[in-house]
Amino acid sequence: MTRHTDTAVATDLTLRWLVRGTTATAAILLLTAVFDIWPFKPLASTGTAMLLLAAAVTIEVSRRSGWRSHRIHHRWAGMLTGLGILGTLIAISGVGQAWPIPMFGLGLGALTVGSTWMILARYRSTPEGVDNHGVMTNPTMNRGAAGWMLGILMTGFYVLVYWYPSALDGLVRTTDWLSWAMRGRAADHWFMYSLVYTLAVAVFGIRAWYRYRHVKYQRLRTLSVVFVQVILAFVLPSILVLFQQPEFYFSYFWPLKWTYLWPGDYGMGWILADSGRLGMFMIGWGAIMSFVATPILTYYYGKRWYCSWVCGCGAMAETMGDPYRHLAPRSTASWQLERWMIHGSLLVIVVATAVLWINSATEGAMLGSLSGAFAQTYGFLFGSIWAGVIGVGFYPFLGTRIWCRYGCPMAAILGLQQRFFSRFRITTNGGQCISCGNCSAYCEMGIDVRWYAQRGQNIVRASCVGCGICSSVCPRGVLKLENGPADGRLGRPVLVEWEDVDILSGYD
Amino acid sequence: MHVVIIGNGIAGITAARFVRKNGDARLTIVSSETEYHVARTALMYAYMGDLRESDLKPYEDDFWTKNRMELVLDHATDLDTAARSVQLASGRRLTYDRLVLATGSRPNRFGWQGEYLDGVQGLYAWSDLKTMQRVTEGITDAVVVGGGLIGIELVEMLRSRSIDVHFLVRETAYMDHLFSRDESELIHRQIDRHGVHLHLGCEVDRFEDDGNGRVAAVTTRDGRSFPAAFAGIGVGVHPRTELAEAAGIETNKGILVDRSFRTSAPDVFAAGDCAEFRRPLVDGRTIEQLWYSARRQGRILGLILSGKDLSYDTPVFYNSAKFFDLEYQTYGSVPATDDAGLETRAWQDGTRLVRVARRADTGALAGVTGFGIRLRHDVAATWIRAARRATFSGQDVRELAFDPEFTSLPHNDIARELSAWT
Ligand SMILES: Cc1cc2nc3c(=O)[nH]c(=O)nc-3n(C[C@H](O)[C@H](O)[C@H](O)COP(=O)(O)OP(=O)(O)OC[C@H]3O[C@@H](n4cnc5c(N)ncnc54)[C@H](O)[C@@H]3O)c2cc1C
Ligand code: SF4
Ligand code: SF4
Repeated sequence: MTRHTDTAVATDLTLRWLVRGTTATAAILLLTAVFDIWPFKPLASTGTAMLLLAAAVTIEVSRRSGWRSHRIHHRWAGMLTGLGILGTLIAISGVGQAWPIPMFGLGLGALTVGSTWMILARYRSTPEGVDNHGVMTNPTMNRGAAGWMLGILMTGFYVLVYWYPSALDGLVRTTDWLSWAMRGRAADHWFMYSLVYTLAVAVFGIRAWYRYRHVKYQRLRTLSVVFVQVILAFVLPSILVLFQQPEFYFSYFWPLKWTYLWPGDYGMGWILADSGRLGMFMIGWGAIMSFVATPILTYYYGKRWYCSWVCGCGAMAETMGDPYRHLAPRSTASWQLERWMIHGSLLVIVVATAVLWINSATEGAMLGSLSGAFAQTYGFLFGSIWAGVIGVGFYPFLGTRIWCRYGCPMAAILGLQQRFFSRFRITTNGGQCISCGNCSAYCEMGIDVRWYAQRGQNIVRASCVGCGICSSVCPRGVLKLENGPADGRLGRPVLVEWEDVDILSGYD
Repeated sequence: MHVVIIGNGIAGITAARFVRKNGDARLTIVSSETEYHVARTALMYAYMGDLRESDLKPYEDDFWTKNRMELVLDHATDLDTAARSVQLASGRRLTYDRLVLATGSRPNRFGWQGEYLDGVQGLYAWSDLKTMQRVTEGITDAVVVGGGLIGIELVEMLRSRSIDVHFLVRETAYMDHLFSRDESELIHRQIDRHGVHLHLGCEVDRFEDDGNGRVAAVTTRDGRSFPAAFAGIGVGVHPRTELAEAAGIETNKGILVDRSFRTSAPDVFAAGDCAEFRRPLVDGRTIEQLWYSARRQGRILGLILSGKDLSYDTPVFYNSAKFFDLEYQTYGSVPATDDAGLETRAWQDGTRLVRVARRADTGALAGVTGFGIRLRHDVAATWIRAARRATFSGQDVRELAFDPEFTSLPHNDIARELSAWT
């Protein structure tokens, strides 16, 4: 039996269990609703149960049909997705407040189920292996009219979330049921936003899984980012809220989440304020992760352990961003700009942290009341505009890692360490490179991987997030991400460019 | 010193780069194909929409000015070795101190009836890509002739646009001169899985005209006919020698050179696909037509032009390819059948296969090939050069493997299987 059918059988079995599990959960939820025996409101339980059932039926129908008629699937799935988009817009227009549950089903619910279905229909029926055919000619993925529309929609959504949340109230209300279920209180726009974000990561995580399913590194990495986003960045913070604790994200650390180590009201004050011991643990966790675990992990694995396995920004880039990774600017000029900007950003955050602490230690002698304004301005510029609006909204314009490349202070630190003090490298397989350019084209960090590979040189770059896509798309098996001994990983070009002799030439 | 290079392929460009690395010579590179150097190995990816056309340029456009190389988009029509000058189609005339002919290859044609109809073509140059894009627009049927590496690339390209393809291969198994039966079969399965109609042992007779000078069908010797609005030909290439020949430089199949790339004319060198060595390289080969060999030849030639005293020798042979989703890498010599003093053993599991070859007399490792498995170049080449014994431990296999992290390989089983010589 070939590996291909092995995976197919295993996937089929997994899907069966998924259907059973989902149906059982839905049944239990319905029972709790009927007898009203759960902290959840019956409303919430019924809503959840209905959605789970819908998902179970969709998966089961698709599974049984064996995905042979994928064109038909595609059409239905496309219609459902379209309905979802329409429903979401209608919900926002105000209908969401009036009929929250039905509008959730017709809006975000239909969108989630429809797009998942579309992805399954597209990829389950095609053979395993890299399939980037048409990526560079598809207008949605290449700044065509559809791409522009998508970019404007996404950017617009961010602008509303950050500055005009009340405009989204219709949509927020459709997520109330889930917020009640998970957090014991009504939803606010941040809850709705996290939900949308998490759904996007999960659904497009399925897409990434299928696209790269022939590479185990990609399967595990995709599982990791989806798991972290769903559990550590969505479910766990909600549960903390349910138990009256501060909403803390265990997968974010200073300096990316700068406020976790900022003093007083701008930062950890709010954690400590009302949560005693757990609050202390959170602060401790944050500090240890920032200053102890991070350097150790980065030494052994490179910055990838965080940037493409854990981080939520990375999770979005690797899943929903996957269709746009080739849009990353890749000129030398963009690289120079990147180095200035990202290290500048790190400098700003280090100085800001120091200043805020000095200011707080001297009880405001330094900045006085200005420190509040300072913290706010920083949050506005970096947190909202940079990381959010441009960072994600601009995917269809500038690719997926704009924030990671030009703004993220965490990426800057990890990158410096990766460049100068780490065991991670991408090894080039001798002289096998044919300069085809697939690696460079699909590197979301805009690294000219080919430049190194065609000279037979290992790739050791501060910005590489270790997504492994260059290795997956290389048609000649030239690239391998490795954690080897630290010495000898830079060195001179090994095989191709060695001046007079090389070990393969017969001149030594 | 003025070095003029005809041909901006990998051989010419690499020679130029190494001349620049080692000195200040004036460099002029002439090509009539494209303004900038492009990787012809990636033509298929541009066609399939995996890559933008600009992605095929291995260097940014300002690389050439930065490195003071003048690029001339023009055709060299005439060469006067006595006057040391090259005539270009535009009327410009270049005089040189050293001339490099890196003119590459041209696809073969075998004089079939109708082989120059519209829609019948090979795939070699940039213009072939452009023509193919144009003539395959909206078509539903195509034929590809020739079971080589370019043939299967043509098939994959057409399939990416859901065009129905009949793939006509003369041999009874795909590339049977290079692959053993089990290996060819792996590839047959790939071809099958991608919905291609493979016809083995099938020879072309003629290309049928649709009445307007465009191909309509391909007829085979055994009288079958396949509809085709496009017919791709991948039956090998031959060195491009016309410029050298007209100038009276000695040629055979290719432009004849010694191991320092000198042609019969003073200060005229030739390298890459177009060059033919007077004295055979290993295995009796006199012409190398690979990206890798052209790059290597260009490098050594660049060093020679910079005054280094070197002569060319092939390294441990290596090559790689991809057949749809199946990756292939090979090092050293691994024959299709046990002969010429070489015997082979293979480990196979589904679509993954490793084959090693050893010398029958000494038991020394002669080569190793992997399908669906990546092998580490420096390890394989070092072992082969050192003529180590062809028996392996699990640890050896681990060292040799180059697959991405987390790939599960039964290293010990592979080692046992490959070491069990009888
Ligand atoms: C589709 C395709 C895929 C391939 N894939 C692989 C692969 O995977 N691995 C591998 O090892 N090899 C591969 N090859 C083979 C490899 O590309 C060639 O061996 C290599 O490119 C030869 O390089 P070169 O510099 O000698 O010649 P070329 O690349 O052919 O360059 C010669 C240049 O000179 C120009 N020229 C010729 N005469 C004149 C003139 N009179 N005036 C001006 N310009 C002139 C030509 O137009 C051309 O641009 C592939 C080839 C093709 C066509
Ligand atoms: S170099 Fe490769 S692994 Fe690193 S970010 Fe680019 S594509 Fe990902
Ligand atoms: S994808 Fe592979 S073969 Fe192509 S340029 Fe990159 S390393 Fe070289």
